[in-house]
Amino acid sequence: MSSLKKDSWGSRVGLILAMAGNAVGLGNFLRFPVQAVENGGGAFIIPYLVCFLLMGIPLLWIEWSTGRLGGKHGHHSTPFILDTMDKRKFWKYLGVFGIFTNIAVAAYYCYIESWTMAYVYHSIAGTFDSMKQSEVAAFFGSYIDIGHSTTGIPYEAIIFYILCLLLNTFILSRGLAGVEKAAKIGMPLLIIFGIFLAFKGLTLGTSGATAEHPDANAFEGLNFLWTPQYDSLTNPKVWLAAAGQIFFTLSVGMGTIQCYASYVRSKDDIALNAVSAGFMNEFVEVVLGSLIVIPIAAGYLGVDWLKENAGFGMAFQTMPYLFEQWGPALSVIAGVMWFGLLFFAGITSSLAMGTPWMGFMRDEFKWDQNKGAWSFGLITLIMGLPTVIYFQQGVFDEYDYWAGTVSLVVFALAETILFAWIFGMNKGWKEINQGGDIKIPSVYRFIIKWVTPLLLLFVFIGSLVTPLNNDWIGAIQNGWVLDNSSIIKQLTNAGLKEQIAAATDPAVIKTLEEKLHYSLIARFMLVALFAGISWLVYVAYQKRIKEGRIKL
Amino acid sequence: MNSSALTLMVVTMLTVTSITLYFFWLVLKTPPKQEPDSYVDNDDELR
Repeated sequence: MSSLKKDSWGSRVGLILAMAGNAVGLGNFLRFPVQAVENGGGAFIIPYLVCFLLMGIPLLWIEWSTGRLGGKHGHHSTPFILDTMDKRKFWKYLGVFGIFTNIAVAAYYCYIESWTMAYVYHSIAGTFDSMKQSEVAAFFGSYIDIGHSTTGIPYEAIIFYILCLLLNTFILSRGLAGVEKAAKIGMPLLIIFGIFLAFKGLTLGTSGATAEHPDANAFEGLNFLWTPQYDSLTNPKVWLAAAGQIFFTLSVGMGTIQCYASYVRSKDDIALNAVSAGFMNEFVEVVLGSLIVIPIAAGYLGVDWLKENAGFGMAFQTMPYLFEQWGPALSVIAGVMWFGLLFFAGITSSLAMGTPWMGFMRDEFKWDQNKGAWSFGLITLIMGLPTVIYFQQGVFDEYDYWAGTVSLVVFALAETILFAWIFGMNKGWKEINQGGDIKIPSVYRFIIKWVTPLLLLFVFIGSLVTPLNNDWIGAIQNGWVLDNSSIIKQLTNAGLKEQIAAATDPAVIKTLEEKLHYSLIARFMLVALFAGISWLVYVAYQKRIKEGRIKL
Repeated sequence: MNSSALTLMVVTMLTVTSITLYFFWLVLKTPPKQEPDSYVDNDDELR
């Protein structure tokens, strides 16, 4: 079919590190501890691990095996991988999610990645030296305000974003070998940096207590994170949060795993590879992720501060200040390690996001890896610039919600139903076990057919009709009122409209109306991207018919 | 730290670390499948 040289993984360890790197992201260090704190402390680990075994591992096996199956037929992206499994035409258009999500997520994800690059620079340059905590927090605000420069470079947020995108594109242009090399460098460094910072977090104790924060104690932070509140286990909200965390941490429902696995030979194992990569992600999340931010923040600022401020923003708004307490030399090392760790977590994921587009364009239009990579970079730039320039107007959040959250759940649910119910468990089970280096317990046949789709349905319905204040028990007892975070309310921008109606200050009303306006622009861009990729799939399909590769 | 938090943390971390190391060790010790032709050329790819 193709005269282009076929890509393949150089080694099995390289493949596992690339897959683990795809899964390990910023959320491992920033989202997991916050979710645990908000959902039952230590008891959160019980639903979390249950969901990992019943939903995470099965989804990994489904995606690895469908990817390898597609690769056997010369497909390296989900539109035609799904087409291999069932000939009904709509599957290939559903498979568009596996390219669309990656471009849309890469567009804003590279922006966060560029923050980590910029913060490595600022850590080395000593920007945070003798800054107060409030000044470090304010610095982040200045950085994302693109009209303001913290380095003297005009529009530095855009410059760092473009640099980050260029680096991603350059590595992608080296093909799978480039991705594998980046994973082989990035993942070990990420783990070494993580172990160093986790060691510091574990040994900080009460040494960070000051007159301002006399009760600061790192162990109290760990206590806060790990003390089990077993009564929380009866709350559906906690289970939904655990399922959601497993779902997002493993990068399932994106189409990247299928793409990576499509370069695995059909005789080679996927059963062991999938669990090995999955557990590597769990190690980074549960062990390293819980030993850095929470104990270090509690060690200097106390648990009371943590209770009020635990969140994603701590990475950039608090950590540089805390590292400054370690003295001039160690603060630079810790800053480089922390933001370097986040950078490696980010880039190993964003590189994965480029490969489905490249695979699709190569399979269907014979584009080589250079053309594929640079076109990915260009589309990502076009999609991503509004998230940088209009970050404060909510374009970033809009992308994150629709592409980075809703699309993943929809696609994972659809592919699980396709695999277990349409492709069928007989063929599916054979695919998973083919060439396996471990024997998968046969109970997983039942789990993949029944439990995983039901859990995904639970996550989807839970997001679609989230009850007011996420109070499930209250909603069941007193009637269902939708929360503004539910998909249905988000679709109508109900929250923003309520805020506009309640506001009296004309300046606030203007800001909110602007947000509403930009949210519609963001949605239009996402719909246009999806439609554009769908059109390419249609053209590719017609081309296949013309070339006699598909018999009608 | 209180004992229940400490126990849960240590047990969870040891379990996750051990399983991760075990699977990775399995990957490293499993010999690659012997093929008559090269690894780069997928002999099983249907074209």
